[in-house]
This record gives sequence, C-alpha cells and structure tokens, in this order.
Amino acid sequence: MDSVTLHKIFDIGGVFESVIDWLTENFEVIFDFIADVIDALLTGFFNLLIFPHPFIMIVLFTALAWWIAKRGVGIFTLVGFFLIYAMNLWEATMETLALVLTSVIIAIVIAIPIGIWASKKDTVEAIVRPILDFMQTLPAFVYLIPAVLFFRLGAVPGVVATLIFSMPPAVRLTNLGIRQVPKEIKEASISFGATGRQMLLKAELPVALPTIMAGVNQTIMLALSMVVIAGMIGAGGLGNEVLKGITQLKIDLGFESGIAIVILAIFLDRVTQALGVATQKQ
Amino acid sequence: MEDNITIKVENLYKIFGPNPKKAFPMIQEGKDRSEILAKTGNVVAVRGVSFEIKKKETFVIMGLSGSGKSTLIRCINRLIEPTDGEIFVNGKDITKIDKEQLREMRRYTLSMVFQHFGLLPHRSVVNNVEFGLEISGMEKDERNKKAMAAIELVGLKGYENSTPDELSGGMQQRVGLARALANDPEVLLMDEAFSALDPLIRNQMQDELIELQAKMHKTIVFITHDLDEALKLGDRILILGPDGTARQLGTPEEILSDPADDYVAKFVEKVDKTKVITVASIMRKPPVVTVPKDGPGAASRTMEKHGISSIFVVDSERYLKGLARIDDTVKLHKKKEKDLEPVLIQDLYTAYEDTPVSDLLGTALATKYPIAVIDKDYKFKGIVDRAAIINEVNDDTEDLESPMHFREMEENISNGDSEQEGAK
Repeated sequence: MDSVTLHKIFDIGGVFESVIDWLTENFEVIFDFIADVIDALLTGFFNLLIFPHPFIMIVLFTALAWWIAKRGVGIFTLVGFFLIYAMNLWEATMETLALVLTSVIIAIVIAIPIGIWASKKDTVEAIVRPILDFMQTLPAFVYLIPAVLFFRLGAVPGVVATLIFSMPPAVRLTNLGIRQVPKEIKEASISFGATGRQMLLKAELPVALPTIMAGVNQTIMLALSMVVIAGMIGAGGLGNEVLKGITQLKIDLGFESGIAIVILAIFLDRVTQALGVATQKQ
Repeated sequence: MEDNITIKVENLYKIFGPNPKKAFPMIQEGKDRSEILAKTGNVVAVRGVSFEIKKKETFVIMGLSGSGKSTLIRCINRLIEPTDGEIFVNGKDITKIDKEQLREMRRYTLSMVFQHFGLLPHRSVVNNVEFGLEISGMEKDERNKKAMAAIELVGLKGYENSTPDELSGGMQQRVGLARALANDPEVLLMDEAFSALDPLIRNQMQDELIELQAKMHKTIVFITHDLDEALKLGDRILILGPDGTARQLGTPEEILSDPADDYVAKFVEKVDKTKVITVASIMRKPPVVTVPKDGPGAASRTMEKHGISSIFVVDSERYLKGLARIDDTVKLHKKKEKDLEPVLIQDLYTAYEDTPVSDLLGTALATKYPIAVIDKDYKFKGIVDRAAIINEVNDDTEDLESPMHFREMEENISNGDSEQEGAK
C-alpha cells in the first residue's frame, strides 16, 4: 500500500514562504531601517543599565521599587538583585531587561494608538479583535520564524518577535478602558464643546489610564517570557543562559537563570502594578 | 422670532433604529410605539413635540422613564441628533449649523448638568469646574478665577482641592452645577439633575436652585420624572406621555387644576392623595376665652383647669382676638383689672384648615405658640400644636411660603369687612 501518499490540497505554507521571500527581497531597505532603530534603542538601554556599577543599580532599583510600590517590594528588590549579582548573572539580566524595555516601548507605541482607534470605530474593533485572538493563540515559537527570516539571528529579531507577541493585551485593554469610560463623562465633555482630541486627552485617556496600565503590565510580563524564548535565536541575556542549561545539561546554570528570571519578573510586575494603582488614586 | 423666546422646538422627532425613515408612515397612521418597533425595528423616542421656552424661565419637562425626556433634552445641544424637526436657540436652527458653530454654541450658550454628575474622577473640584473654560481655551489664571467664583456660588468654598470621590452626592452635583455655571451660559440644561440624590438633599438642592435662579436669571430646562419636583421648580411644565408625545404644557396651577387628559389627571391625582396632608387632620379644638364676658380671672381659671400656660381669646363671633399667657392674666387678676385686652399677644401665626401641613414646618420651628386655625371668614376653628406638625412632617424639611401673619390678617379685616368690625 505504498501508493497512498498524502498531498497537501492547498499549499498555505508555500504561499506564506513566497510572501516572506518577496517581502525580504523588495523591502530590504525598510527592514534594515527597522533593524537599525531597534539596535540603537537596545544598545542604548543596555549601556545605560550596564554602565554604572551593579551596586549603584541595585540601590536605584530598590529605591524605585520602594518609592512606587511598597517597602516589602523594595526589600525584595534589594535581596533579589543582589542574589542575581552574586550568581554572576548581572550582565545577562541587564541584557534581558534591555530587551524587555525596548520591546515594550515599541509595542506600546504601536498598541495604544491601535487600541484608541479600535475604541472609536466599531469596524476597526471588529477587524482588530480576531487578529489579536490569532496572535494570542499562536504558539510563541512561531513568532521566531518570520523574525529570523526578516532580521536574521540575534537580538533584533528577538525584539521584533517579542514586541509582536506582547502587544495584544495593551491593544485590548486600551480599547476596553476607553469604551468603559462612563457615558456621562463623554457626554459632559462633548456638551462643553470639546473636540474629539480634547475629549480623548482630557477625559477619556485619564479616566481609562488604570485599565491601560493593567494592559501595559500584561505586555511587560508577556515580553519577559518571550525574551527568554528568543534566546533560541540568539537574542542573548538570560534566555541564552537557560538555553545553555538545556543544551549542555548544565543544571546549575539553568536553575540559576530561572531564579534570575523570576526575580526580574516579580520586580517588573509589582512595580508596574503599583504604578497602575497610583494612577487610579490620582 | 419673538425676542423673549430662547428655545423653540418645532415638530421634533427622534427615532432610534436601523431605518428611521421607515417609521414615519406608520407614525402618520397613528400606530403606537410597540407596533412600529415590531414592524420596522425602530424605536420612536420623541414624537412630534413642539414648544417654546421663554427667556429666563425655568421650564420643566416631565415624564416617566421611556417618555423620551432625556432624548429630548439631548437634542437641544445635539448630544443626540434629531431625526426630524427644528430646534431654534436664540433664533438659530441648531439642527442646521456646522460642527464649529455647534461647538461655539455648546461652549458659550448651552451648559449641561447630568444625573450622575459626569465629573472627571482624576481632577480636583476646581479643575472639574474649569473644564468648560479650559476646553474653550481660556488662560489658566482667568479660568481659575471664574471657577472659584462658581464654586463659591454653589456653596463649595473650601472644597476646591478635593477630588469628587471625597464628596457626597449632593456636593458632587454642586460641582456639576458650578461647572455648568462657570462659563456663564445663557441656558442651563439639567437632565434629572437631582434624581440621584436622597430626598432630603434633593429638596435642599431644589431650594438652592430656586435661590440661585432668583439671582442669575438663566433660562433653565429641567428634566424630571418627579411631579413634585416639577411643580416646585417649574415656571411652566411640559408633560410627556409614555409614547413620546407632549401631553400638556402649562403652569403648575394650570396642570393641577385643569389636566389636559386622563394621563395627566392620573398623575395629578396621585400627588394630591399621597403628598398633601392638611391642617384639618391634625387640628384640635382647645378651650378658649371669650371676651368681653370673660376677664383675667376666668382666663386664669380655665388655664389652671386644663393645665395649659396660654389660651386663645375670641370674641362672641369667634373672631380671634389674640393669645393670653397665664402669668399675665394672673397679674391682671391680682390688680383687679377686668379687661384682658392690654396683655393679649397678637404676634401669632395662623393657617387655614386646607393648608398643607408641610407648609407649616418652618413656622412651627420659628414660633413659641401653637398656630391658630381660622376659616375664610377669619373665625377661630382650632389650633395646631408644634409637636403635631413636626411629627407629621418628620421626613420633610421644606419650608415653603409662610402662612399669613396675624397682624396682616387683621389689617385685611379692618380694611374690608365692616360686619366683623361691627361685631368687635
């Protein structure tokens, strides 16, 4: 029964491949430009984080956590970051943080305007929503493929994959936050003669800010998880260390990197959450 | 257009739904709302309403939920686009002006107060009040000054740096009112402005609005579902039916005394039954002293017998002469005086049997003596104790018009009624 060979009826993968090929050939300039921008941001953040002595940075992080969140978070930050330093993972952690910061900043710059647009136009929401669903159900690894195709290996495709992967919550919650602004607040601003722009800046965005901040928090957490996966394509940082742990069976390194990631995750989560609460109070 | 008309609404329709035009033929045929909804999927919210609002009057639009009153007021500043009809504000048809002109109108002529306040939670009171001025591009210092003046006007001085969530509902609505007043608009649109407040605060806000209006002379369009509120605030009232049509337009007096149809009559009737308790129901008949046959001695004895410290004095026609206190009558009696006249207290309050009890509360709190009840011929009928009034109106602190003062009443008699004069 060797005559039974299964063929694809539609070669969707093949079409995708030729689209990617066509894009890489014809839009090389644009991809190069994007790569340059990301690289510049990344290098900037990394240098900023790595330039001062780790102890100075630990004190700064602690002060930030203490000031924005609570004393407990501050103490945790002090102990946790010192542990990272003691495990000799400082540079890798700062690299990861730089990757997260770069991805998140770009993701937010793209996501919030889309969220605002979707909140204003039902048709936009109707189009954006299934795309977001698709993006969130797609396995994280899949993002690495086009990123590698367009940007080859290294930190830049890592950032691209991460920012795409982490964008959905920021879009969703910006849309939701603005749609949830009480009707009377919107009516009040219109009734006092506000333009659409005035209403957005003076009423809707400030009122929606706590919800938007919750979205930003989610985006940061997703970015952190993706940055680790991006280690597979040579993005560097803690992901790289974890990968070493797996491929070279270095249990100690894998475990230590895992701890460093958890510490970074808790720090980022608590600080951004506290930031969200602060905006709510204000 | 006449000069004294600020807002003129002509044949206004608002139809919500996928295809409003489809509903018109059915409206013409006189089909009702549910039938039109079933056939066309459109909801007729406002159905051919026309009225004029005079300059500086308080115009109340009253209706139950679903009567289209909130839709109607939103058509006036085009928060909702009317489907058909015209709305003139100061002679300009606002359904035809462009966006820019509409914004101007909203910034400088029409201000709105909302049921649930619509305040910005992230801004302080003063920054909320400034909102409209900020939108229209006024300089920081100037708008701050105006905002502070508005805050003082509504009695919120000292709270300017609080945030809305620190304030009670009544105070939040004062912020809403101050925000609407800050840019000194010609027209105030108030959409169920006091409906979210508890009854005591609501009453107080109504009183303050009346006071403010006496000073400001704005044109006020006030939406409410509460007939009592409508009767209290409105110079004129427009009653909307459950189908979105206008049922009656008139002064409170006209609506109460001459309801246009059964729907309005039902409303009015309900108010009479539940709200108005008259003096007659709590009046009692006390012992009295009759002059000239009784003197200080008889008066003292009657008071001692009934254990009271003061007594009303009438003449033989039961015309009220005044009130005698026991310490005065005893003194007179000791001096062997025969005449009560010199010690009679005439600084008294009177009421009629059909005076609503709620009208007397302010008086009850102000006077030391019982309130005398008289009939239209000024004859003494009985008294109402302060305690009885306060007891009756324990949930109602409004102080409406004062009852007639005894002295004024006496003047009326001596000027007009010669028969009573003769009886003296």
